[in-house]
Amino acid sequence: MSATSTTLAASDWTGGKSPFNVSYGKLMMWLFLLSDAFTFSGFLIAYGLVRFSADSWPVPEEVFNAMPFMHGVNAPLIFVGIMTFILILSSVTMVMAVDAGHRMDKKGVAKWMGWTIIGGAVFLGCQAWEWTHFIIGTGGGGASLTWNEYGPASFAAFFFFITGFHGTHVLSGVVINYLVYYNTIRGVYEKRGHYDMVEKVGLYWHFIDLVWVFVFTFFYLV
Amino acid sequence: MTTEENTVVVQPVDKAKIKHIVKVAIILGIITSFEFAIAFTLSAGGVKTSIFVIMTLVKAFYIIWEFMHLGDEVKGLKWTVIAPVLFVIWLLVALLMEGSAIYAVKF
Repeated sequence: MSATSTTLAASDWTGGKSPFNVSYGKLMMWLFLLSDAFTFSGFLIAYGLVRFSADSWPVPEEVFNAMPFMHGVNAPLIFVGIMTFILILSSVTMVMAVDAGHRMDKKGVAKWMGWTIIGGAVFLGCQAWEWTHFIIGTGGGGASLTWNEYGPASFAAFFFFITGFHGTHVLSGVVINYLVYYNTIRGVYEKRGHYDMVEKVGLYWHFIDLVWVFVFTFFYLV
Repeated sequence: MTTEENTVVVQPVDKAKIKHIVKVAIILGIITSFEFAIAFTLSAGGVKTSIFVIMTLVKAFYIIWEFMHLGDEVKGLKWTVIAPVLFVIWLLVALLMEGSAIYAVKF
């Protein structure tokens, strides 16, 4: 938006000018992500409170030490590390998609959005495996919302709620990314003249990666 | 498709931009790898936790500033997003102190 009228430029209060210099949708996405950040903060900080007040707490390296196709092999945190790299990579491909959108490169946007969707889907698959392994357990009875073989009941409850809430974000992100991918291929944004929608879902997707950075540190590493 | 491409001008790839994206990605990868190394070499304690927290904040900065391009936005938008995080810090301090107090009462 460029209000170039010389008579109106004297004041910012005459309208026709976006004070934050972004589209309405992008601004609302930022505000939504801020509120979503509060929700995740609430989860993670509540986890901190319970952990600080607990007598003992499971060591994540000993709980999450399994790999698919490698039964019985002790591989602490390796699988979740791979998941982290997958999510970071899908964030990188999303930046590429946004960049292609700035250049009005339809094929580029479609290509990079495609890779982003694949990255998200692979991450979800990994999480499904991780959950299954966690629920079934390693001979001690596994885990549920009310009980688990690893330690305090709230450990598993927080695991399900925090990674579950994050996983729901990934799932919705993949679905929304797919819709944008579909619209890109159909030429909707090319007709519209801009790829602002790709930027908006890009913000959402990066936020999911951002949350995972915190979940990874505070649930798996510390 | 070919008719549409005649009307839309596709700008060429800016190599410097792509290079910058790859650079940030490599930084994120290196930090994550380093976190792994720390996870298995240092014993649990204040130092280890501090290192993890600092590295997480560095990663968060790169994602928000470079990938989400908040660094390129106007000042007002930057502060709209950053300033409310103060509430999170307050909640963090308050609830962790509360947690320690509960521990002291219980055990």
